[in-house]
Amino acid sequence: MTKVQFGLDTFGDIPRDLIINEQPDYPQAIRQVVKEAKLAEAVGVDIIALGEHHRFDYAISSPEVVLAAIASVTNKITLGSAVTVLSSDDPVRVFERFATVDALANGRAQVMLGRGSFTESFPLFGYDLADYDQLFEEKVNLFSELLKEKETTWTGQLRPALSGANIFPKTQHGLSTWIGVGGSPESIIRAARYELPVMLAVISGTPKRFAPYIELAKQAAAKFQTQPQPIGIHSHGVIATDQAQAETVAWYSIKAMMDQLGRERGWSAMSKAQFDREIKTGSMYVGTPQTVAKKIAKVIKTLNLARFDLVYGAGNQSITEREATIRLYGEEVIPLVKEMLAE
Amino acid sequence: MQTIGILGAGKLGITLAQIATKAGYQVLIASSKDPQAITLTIEVLAPTAQAVTSATAIAKSDVLILAMPLSHYKQVNRQAVKGKIIIDAMNYWWEVDGNRPELLDKTISTSELVQAYFKESIVIKALNHMGYHDLADESLLSDTANPLKKAIAIAGNQRKSINVVKKIIQAFGFDTVVLATLHDGIRLQPGTPAFGANVAEAELRAMIATTIPGEFQLGQHN
Repeated sequence: MTKVQFGLDTFGDIPRDLIINEQPDYPQAIRQVVKEAKLAEAVGVDIIALGEHHRFDYAISSPEVVLAAIASVTNKITLGSAVTVLSSDDPVRVFERFATVDALANGRAQVMLGRGSFTESFPLFGYDLADYDQLFEEKVNLFSELLKEKETTWTGQLRPALSGANIFPKTQHGLSTWIGVGGSPESIIRAARYELPVMLAVISGTPKRFAPYIELAKQAAAKFQTQPQPIGIHSHGVIATDQAQAETVAWYSIKAMMDQLGRERGWSAMSKAQFDREIKTGSMYVGTPQTVAKKIAKVIKTLNLARFDLVYGAGNQSITEREATIRLYGEEVIPLVKEMLAE
Repeated sequence: MQTIGILGAGKLGITLAQIATKAGYQVLIASSKDPQAITLTIEVLAPTAQAVTSATAIAKSDVLILAMPLSHYKQVNRQAVKGKIIIDAMNYWWEVDGNRPELLDKTISTSELVQAYFKESIVIKALNHMGYHDLADESLLSDTANPLKKAIAIAGNQRKSINVVKKIIQAFGFDTVVLATLHDGIRLQPGTPAFGANVAEAELRAMIATTIPGEFQLGQHN
């Protein structure tokens, strides 16, 4: 098995301590993420990845700006997005911004292109949701051309054409690029076509149901005669020294966040039984380092993953709780998982 | 053996194809694109199902499942579906369907709108309230299923057709809860307690019984 990479992901949720009189302190929430990225590097985490949202409950709408700040206070950790909503952005701009972060970070920048599981960026930037699929298809197509870092000539329907365009800055060793996928087989096939690694967001249910997707990626690569690429997953978690404590935190934070999102979509709230099932056999990694490590090792083996990212600090956890997860993940969980995988 | 046609090859359509093939049905699945666009996906994810055109899925199936975005149902040729049972598994989803006030009318079920279009078919609302990943995990045909059988609600106006759908859903590995009319399907839509429900029969029955149509509210996007 190739070396597995371990990441931490956040959307810049607002820590409980930073909500004063129901007013989130967004600036401080962003600075907190910079601190946490430093901590993640110190405890041996391979990747910190930030997600783009345009909602009241998340402070990060420009991941790469935050990544640039992190670049200046770290020197090993990979600085990623998870995800950059390419559909409502401009591929040239995205490339330019990440190439800039890559320069500041000495080649540690990584962009993850996604369609976005939220759609608030579409009306915000003047895109039509009716073009959801086509926007992503065209823009990934253009982005894959830009990755060659040569003169680009490109035509599409939803963005002005480029004729021999040269984009700057050039990177030293190319820009590391992933595709973030929610569960659409089309996206898996698309990634194989462009020879890009795939990150699956596995938010609920048994991860084993994604096994056929891994097979799909393999077969698609064979069909397009491209090199099979690494596959990773990202899932939510809370780690604490005490199992009950971790579950309490997850209940008031992750569950509350999912219920909020559910309400907007008309889903009923998560029951205690569902919550328990997600922890036991589903896709929430909640508990002591030992419990969480076992579960991560199992999913890596089952799906033959090259990367596992834990979404930390979801909902309104306190700074102490967020930092406990980061510390325990780096200091205990990752070494334990590596041991378990070596067995 | 019956043949099930599925229109829609998204997450729900593919999940239903997986379950239906495991249950021993012939499955014909179609997306809005050329069948070739989904051939590889179907080959890998639901190997014994067949990717076809929607015309073929309609013509060659005994029962048709609609698993596409709700706002697209009028793209289906209703003449071709004449006389068939249609399982409506669709829900209004503003992110996909756009802002459509007519689909938010709290006094009618969206399945009634679907029935009004497919005048000469029998529309039964079913398989709409459980998320696709739960359907995959909870079908007793799944290798990761919980030992406790979960229930799927069915709403329709015609006893005979309801029984046909009931049999299919039981074959999929679920219990069923039958609602008296298609109109009652309103108790299964986004915003109701039953929407998203992944529970056993008695609990689903209780959720549906305590829902007061018109009182639920689809959450607002911020």
